[in-house]
Amino acid sequence: MQFHYQRLPNGLEILGEFMPQSRSVAVGFFVKTGARDERPEEAGVSHFLEHMVFKGTERRTALDVNRDFDAIGAHYNACTGEETTLFWAAVLPEYLADALDILTDILRPSLRQEDFDLEKQVILEEIRMYEDQPMWSAYDQAVTLFFDGHPLGHRILGTVESISALSREQMVEYYHRRYVAGNIVVALAGRFDWAKTVEWLEKYCGNWPAGEAPRQLLPPQVRPATKTIQRPQVNQEHMFVLLPAPPATSEWRYAAEVLATVLGDDTGSRLYWALIDPGRADAADMSYHEYQDAGAFFTYLCCDPQDAAGNLELAMQTIAQAVRDGVQEEEIHQAQSKLASRLVRGNERPYGRMRSLGYSWVYLQQYRSLEEELARLRAVQRDQLVALMEQNDLEHATIVALGPLAELSCGDSEGARGGAAVSASRADPASNPAQPGFSLRGLP
Amino acid sequence: MRELASHKEERLAEIYHRTWPNGLTLLVEEMPEVRTAAFTMLVPAGHIYDPPQGQGTANVLSELILRGAGSRDSRKIVLDLDALGVDYSVSAGSFHMNFWGVTIADNLVPALEIFADVVRAPHLPAKELPAVRELALGALDSLEDEPREKVLVELARHHYPPPLGNDYRGDREHVERLTIENVREFYNRTFRPNGTIVSVAGRVRGEEIGQVVERLFGSWSSQPEPIWQLGPEPQHYAHIPRQTQQTQIGVAYAAVPFGQDDYYAARAVVAVLSGGMSSRLFTEVREKRGLCYAVWASYHSFKDRAAVFCYAGTTADRAQETLDVLLAELRRLPEGVSDEEIRRVQAGLKSALIMQQESASARASSLASDWYYLGRVRSLDEIQHEIDTLTPQRLTQHLRQYPPQNFTIVTLGPKPLQIPVA
Repeated sequence: MQFHYQRLPNGLEILGEFMPQSRSVAVGFFVKTGARDERPEEAGVSHFLEHMVFKGTERRTALDVNRDFDAIGAHYNACTGEETTLFWAAVLPEYLADALDILTDILRPSLRQEDFDLEKQVILEEIRMYEDQPMWSAYDQAVTLFFDGHPLGHRILGTVESISALSREQMVEYYHRRYVAGNIVVALAGRFDWAKTVEWLEKYCGNWPAGEAPRQLLPPQVRPATKTIQRPQVNQEHMFVLLPAPPATSEWRYAAEVLATVLGDDTGSRLYWALIDPGRADAADMSYHEYQDAGAFFTYLCCDPQDAAGNLELAMQTIAQAVRDGVQEEEIHQAQSKLASRLVRGNERPYGRMRSLGYSWVYLQQYRSLEEELARLRAVQRDQLVALMEQNDLEHATIVALGPLAELSCGDSEGARGGAAVSASRADPASNPAQPGFSLRGLP
Repeated sequence: MRELASHKEERLAEIYHRTWPNGLTLLVEEMPEVRTAAFTMLVPAGHIYDPPQGQGTANVLSELILRGAGSRDSRKIVLDLDALGVDYSVSAGSFHMNFWGVTIADNLVPALEIFADVVRAPHLPAKELPAVRELALGALDSLEDEPREKVLVELARHHYPPPLGNDYRGDREHVERLTIENVREFYNRTFRPNGTIVSVAGRVRGEEIGQVVERLFGSWSSQPEPIWQLGPEPQHYAHIPRQTQQTQIGVAYAAVPFGQDDYYAARAVVAVLSGGMSSRLFTEVREKRGLCYAVWASYHSFKDRAAVFCYAGTTADRAQETLDVLLAELRRLPEGVSDEEIRRVQAGLKSALIMQQESASARASSLASDWYYLGRVRSLDEIQHEIDTLTPQRLTQHLRQYPPQNFTIVTLGPKPLQIPVA
């Protein structure tokens, strides 16, 4: 495998990994902007703008954009997260030039009023779609509560109110502020000719405005709390438990992934044995979410409302026990083995590799080959997990429960008591480097 | 299924194929360029064999079957698969119990050994049934909190007669009553090598996998195919009242099954409707009118019948317009398809075909599916040729012969919609 890197004079960074075994190529434009970079009055603009990027340019109408992508058989989409907005396409190698032509063109969108008004309706539908899904409603509430006023608590989609009130002018201003060449990384993986690719990108992007779009970094002060949201029409109780974890820029992220897998992978983890295997809950899993200056371990529980308090308590005890007694070598090896296998598979095709490459550059300004990633994963030791659990306060969780219950704590449930203290201690993390995000197209 | 000639062994292009006297078929595609390997096992024991008063039995079995097999107890199976880095699933499909797994290529054979025990020697322990039943009931409850999934489940139920249109999760009351004897009876009646398809793709050697499968499954005895009965045609319309913000809309109509002459034309029509973002549904419903975020159509096939399932979700007060626009697009299809549309469909199909070659999982699943529907594995050249020979005339002719009609319509939301007379 071969790594290439070039920075254009306007600050646009281009990186590529040639994969001789692949039959296609994936390219992604990672714009380092997302919900956390929004001002309160523009909540949801990053995601709305991501949609608007596909609505046309001086050279193309919205329908032209779709037709041009489809004419080359491209797989393409975009997604918006808290910190990154990604536009990507995967094509056969002979269509790379066309794909770059379209992607670079749409990244200078016209943002026409008429398209803006129409697409606003689509965004409002997307918000309502998620509001009808209790798990997502609980997720949003949990993130907002956990980050307590920090920009990482912003909702990616915004709200019906913020989107309804948003003007085209506000979007244009946000666009000029954030979509500057120095704030964009282009990553390629698969089969491509590096010299030609750079030549094309110089031609298409060389005139993009230079500049930086700094982000105010301020580690969040996480506030443990518990909130119960009653929704009588919901069938099951949907609960999120959030605990602090290392940020994406930390070397501890590998240990965090291993720990999350040991504690909360969907098979064979401690939560699996405590809650799923005995049939107590329908879902009980943990994942590690990483951001530039923060991280969080998300535990999701879903079960019959009458079992909710007891299951929450059990989940917290499971975490507390790991904090108190540590984890076994054997569990660590199992987690490493699963993660290594997923890493290899996830990076086997150009799209997956492009994402790893791009996010690694966005967060670390570093290239890491798959072998290096595997080596870092395998190097995680038991004492690192112990240290990780000591460094992060896993004694106090942020808990959100959404479902038929008016009140979660039934007196017998330590973990769910109104305030904050839960009987857990350090947390767990889990894993995917991919940011949770919302994509352009609602697929089956 | 009849028994095939013993030890039939051949190479179909790059495919290693072998069918044993007991009726089990193995297909292997060697992909030396990848590091992983994937397998699919289709055991002809799907939920169509659920007893009429035991809807959900196959689904309970799909979980219980992993709870101890051969020399391993429940915990040991999970631990060993984890140690091998296998991602896996067992699910009850309509006709098959589907076993799927993928891992680093070196670990494939030990993973197959574990799954051979799971398939042939499961313990089906009585003490695990209460927990498994709770999970099955939980899945039924969770479905009610997923309006999109719910409307699609009901759409299939109202389109195909039972048991074809049944949901694998079954019936709450039946699952509550299920005994360990019921589950064991289902296993004994349905699990058999005749009709079982094992496919493997990845960095493996066909002959080696052939020897492994011979050792693991060669002595498995065939048995008669269990009986199942097709029920009456369902009501093709339903509204499910639900206090949601959006109304979920499902529309289905009959299509040509996989394996029939016009199959590629049928697939191309679905791509015209819902291939890329320039396809008709996305363009007309979302791009031009902003009626919804999600709208799509997808093709589904059994051996003897097939359907196109369409979905849209939108705010309740715009749902009627969404349904009307969706149906208008379906009815307009026989008017014809343009050259440009065909070219885009061809480009999309070609690139999907080539990109599928990069994925061991996709190939393993494709091999098994080809064998089940066609009794052979299509070569890439054959598929490419079929894609290349699609023309607007061929599609228009197909659409006139099989126009979208007799729609099944299911909605979920605060209020019912007006359903136009077919």
